[in-house]
Amino acid sequence: MVGSQKKSMKIILSIFIILGALYAGFPVLWMILSSFKSNVQVFAWPPTFIDFSFSFDSYIAILSNPEKVRFFINSYCISFIVVALTLVIGIMAAYGFSRFDFPLKGLINTIIISVQAIPPIVLLIPYMSLIVTMKLFNTYWALILTYLIFTLPYCILMTTGYFNTLSTDLDEAVRIDGGSRFTALWRILVPISVPGLVAVGMYTFMQAWNEYLFALVLTKTNNMRTVPVGINLLMGEHTYDWSQMMAMSFLGSLPVLILFLFFQRYFIAGMSAGAVKG
Amino acid sequence: MKKAKTKGPFVKFITPYLFLSPTVILMLVLLVIPIFLVIQYSFFNNAIVVKEPVFVGFSNYVTILTDSIFWSAIKNTAIFVIASVIAHITIGMCFALLLNTKYFKTKTKYIFRIIYVLPWMFTASVIAILWKLMLQPQGIINYLFQFVNLATKDSEWLSSRTYALAAITFVNIWSGYPFYMISILAGLQGVSEDLYESSALDGAGAWKRFIYITIPQVKPILISIGMLDIVWTIQSFAVIWMLTGGGPVRTTETISIYIYKYAFNSSQYSLASTAAVIALIVCIILAIFYVKQQRKARE
Repeated sequence: MVGSQKKSMKIILSIFIILGALYAGFPVLWMILSSFKSNVQVFAWPPTFIDFSFSFDSYIAILSNPEKVRFFINSYCISFIVVALTLVIGIMAAYGFSRFDFPLKGLINTIIISVQAIPPIVLLIPYMSLIVTMKLFNTYWALILTYLIFTLPYCILMTTGYFNTLSTDLDEAVRIDGGSRFTALWRILVPISVPGLVAVGMYTFMQAWNEYLFALVLTKTNNMRTVPVGINLLMGEHTYDWSQMMAMSFLGSLPVLILFLFFQRYFIAGMSAGAVKG
Repeated sequence: MKKAKTKGPFVKFITPYLFLSPTVILMLVLLVIPIFLVIQYSFFNNAIVVKEPVFVGFSNYVTILTDSIFWSAIKNTAIFVIASVIAHITIGMCFALLLNTKYFKTKTKYIFRIIYVLPWMFTASVIAILWKLMLQPQGIINYLFQFVNLATKDSEWLSSRTYALAAITFVNIWSGYPFYMISILAGLQGVSEDLYESSALDGAGAWKRFIYITIPQVKPILISIGMLDIVWTIQSFAVIWMLTGGGPVRTTETISIYIYKYAFNSSQYSLASTAAVIALIVCIILAIFYVKQQRKARE
């Protein structure tokens, strides 16, 4: 009796888990399938689910168009610089928070945490005049600097957490040998924290790669646009080439998807730490 | 810093600030100053556009608070946020429970977890463009819905005054639930087996166990991510902007869209700043609430 009850329970749950997977995964599958169709087929009624000719035309069209390739180059450059700067600046700040007590600690910490509560659009209005005054409008630096505000808090909070778990004996040992605090940080603490830092770096990359609003407002010419804005620009052109748009969407999502598949555990740890989202 | 051993009190005082200086400079220039600027703009006329704007006191606030479009944006935002958050919690909870049952093999759960997290991997413009394709009158959604008589080949979603807000909420639900799922799953895995086993011996059914064991265990997580999600969803801009641009006829215009249109479509930065300050105040109040909740949970 109990056995058969268990079996029917398993069947019911299996149906639910598959329905759930359809809800979550079907749109993604549809994007990939559509990218291999011709534009006419995308709008066939009734829809063709799989086009067995698997045309790569859309991908070739995008990758052979220098303007569209430029979107990708921009996104990669900006994202990698943001990751590097976030890690360097964030690690230093985390060291400061983890190893010292100082008068303004509480205030600085509050400001850093409060970033999550501030709607990006609130900052964007003054950025318009600030970035123009600094002569950074329509440059990589406009995006890199502004992204740091949103990537640093997560990096600092996570890294401070890691450093707090490491004994201060490690620092002391280096300093007894005549090394500076700097050596202690970069030669000892950072190498030990690599797994945690990989997670932080990944999360930062994802935030930078996916950002849309600032990229839309703080850049102007097509040669400075990033992938998220670039995809949207395709939508604005008079002919809707859906197949190309899906191909570009897939290509644009690929870096994050690959990172996710390889470093799933880190990603999920980062997500459940429940901090900043881009 | 080289002479670490012979350092005086000043060096000792300044060292932590040296480590924090890049962060502090960035936060000052790109966070603290901008917030003061945006508050300042809200008290002046024609900020940014003219060289010497005139101080107008609270008149911008009066303009915004008596603007019926502002209130309809607030209403749209409220509907969007409440529906999104409730659906996020429900779907996140269901999926987390499914991924936590002992009826499936670990490997099966691993694969389904990857599929379930997928929507969270995509950037707003991909989400927008993908759902725009699927929600086209001739798109796959209408095709599938016609079998259950919910739509026809001509059904409009994003350009319908009646359904557009529901459609963007639906898309937002799809793209946002994985965050809940993962957080709840982490919470569920912390619930000890003993608790369930002893309750099973007491004869408690699955539903009772869910109410009396699972819910209390994940309640702190639900509250904290719920608060975060409310703040994030109030701020959400990109997906809505690309799906509908706030239309048709402002039926999907949320507070972010309202601010954006004032600032970057009509260059009325003062009015945009005023609405932004109001939004900021709401978000900060929610955030204080959140921090208090966190502190309570920790005690």
